[in-house]
Amino acid sequence: MQFDSLQGFLAMGGYALYVWLSFGVSLLALLWVVVDSASTHKKLLRNAREEQARQARIAAARKAQALQSESQQTGS
Amino acid sequence: MWKWLHPYAKPERAYQLCVTLQPYFLWPGILCLVAGSIWGLAFAPQDYQQGDSFRIIYIHVPSAILSMSTYVAMAVAALVGIVWQWRTAFMAMIAMAPIGAVVTFIALFTGAAWGKPMWGTWWVWDARLTSELILLFLYLGVIALYGAFEDKQQAGKAAGVMALVGVVNVPIIHYSVEWWNTLHQGATISKFDKPSIAPEMLWPLLIALLGLALFIAAVTVMRMKNEIIRREYHRPWVKDLAARALGDDHAV
Amino acid sequence: MNTLINGIFKRDMALAFRQRSELAQPLMFLLMVITLFPLGIGPGPVTLQKIGPGVIWIAAILSSLLAMERLFRDDFWDGSLEQYMLSGQSVAAIAAVKVLVHWLVSFLPLALFSPLLALFLNLTVDMYIALMLTLVLGTPLLSLVGAIAVGLTVGLQRGGVLLALLLIPVFIPLLIFATSAVDSAALQLPYRAQLAIIGAMLMLAMASAPFAIAYALKVSQN
Repeated sequence: MQFDSLQGFLAMGGYALYVWLSFGVSLLALLWVVVDSASTHKKLLRNAREEQARQARIAAARKAQALQSESQQTGS
Repeated sequence: MWKWLHPYAKPERAYQLCVTLQPYFLWPGILCLVAGSIWGLAFAPQDYQQGDSFRIIYIHVPSAILSMSTYVAMAVAALVGIVWQWRTAFMAMIAMAPIGAVVTFIALFTGAAWGKPMWGTWWVWDARLTSELILLFLYLGVIALYGAFEDKQQAGKAAGVMALVGVVNVPIIHYSVEWWNTLHQGATISKFDKPSIAPEMLWPLLIALLGLALFIAAVTVMRMKNEIIRREYHRPWVKDLAARALGDDHAV
Repeated sequence: MNTLINGIFKRDMALAFRQRSELAQPLMFLLMVITLFPLGIGPGPVTLQKIGPGVIWIAAILSSLLAMERLFRDDFWDGSLEQYMLSGQSVAAIAAVKVLVHWLVSFLPLALFSPLLALFLNLTVDMYIALMLTLVLGTPLLSLVGAIAVGLTVGLQRGGVLLALLLIPVFIPLLIFATSAVDSAALQLPYRAQLAIIGAMLMLAMASAPFAIAYALKVSQN
């Protein structure tokens, strides 16, 4: 350990602003990338599921319509 | 080797590979970054000239080195994509661009924060800082071009061409800026001259470098998964994946 | 092959000279940008001489970026580009001809204009000669490299600003070497090295750019 006390460590020999600013901003930037990638992943999966559910609904509706018109034809 | 590699040109296999690799990159990367930073911040000896401000080196130098290598890696992926027509290679390329830009930004920011106590101003047109800034512009250009296309297939190819044009230029830019700098600045700026660095200072630096490299790989893999899903929207395997990942409770 | 190339050359030249106003606009822009500098910085002859080469080159790059969009735009939207691709001829050769025409109609007038610019910015004769040499070697490089990015963005609705974003960083080495050649000329120093480097970059671009342009057009055409 190069520093005698916590105060000394935080003061960084008078360069506290620059050292902690650098490390802080870097940490924030790296965190932001990870969070952004993970949240995009979630969002994409959700979108994919919604889109496929929509397609399934459309297909089901088409089928129902086809059945209905068929039954109407046989009924008349 | 080609026989072994070829199945990974298929998006689904590539996705599985990404899932497998991600923890091996992410956790050791974070561990090494934290270990290198703490070692560098608290345990490495003081620099006899720059005092404690030199501790910025443990984030500045790894990010500066890796910002260049990430760009080269991007260009290699683009070349593979163009020559062998691998769609997944373009996805890997575009997955690397944002993290590369962020790392370049970190190198610039820490360079400025180091320059303030050493040179007295936040920004000087130092050769390395200037070429780092231009590298950031190149990254942003690739990202902007990719974003401008609706069709992501086409976007990948276009961004790939631009990445290749950029990579031919990176060494030219680097040397031209260095030469321009010596022409204009004279000896007013003391460069960081690097004598053989003491081993107790070097070890944490190498660990931080390794950590950041693994971290970049992890983010690349994460974003590549996203790119694959974005293009395979309608495939059944994505549906299964979404169902498994999100839980089936509110499925329609 | 040759008839096609000849035909494209003649057709593009005819088209360019029929749209005179579009030809003259980038030059007027260049002239006006250069007029802004003495007004903004001050008309001191020493200052002007010091910033002159840089100003002329920056203005040339900016005005070329404005005009560059035209390179493939009309051919893309009226479908003749697709016809070229279907013709079975080498797209790279066709692209090279189009770049040549673009250089002839947009940068040759600039070279003719340059004595006036040199007068405005108080350049000496030595500096003017160096400026001409860098323009002759450097502007084809602008056309060739620019055409790659134009090929990539031609299909986009709003490609204008994007084109500048893509190209400005790539043109930085050219700006550095060209202005430094003129600066050396001002100090009566030899500037053959800078010219040689610009020439080398031009050779590299001439050898590889047509193929990159062809690929870029293919991507845009999809």
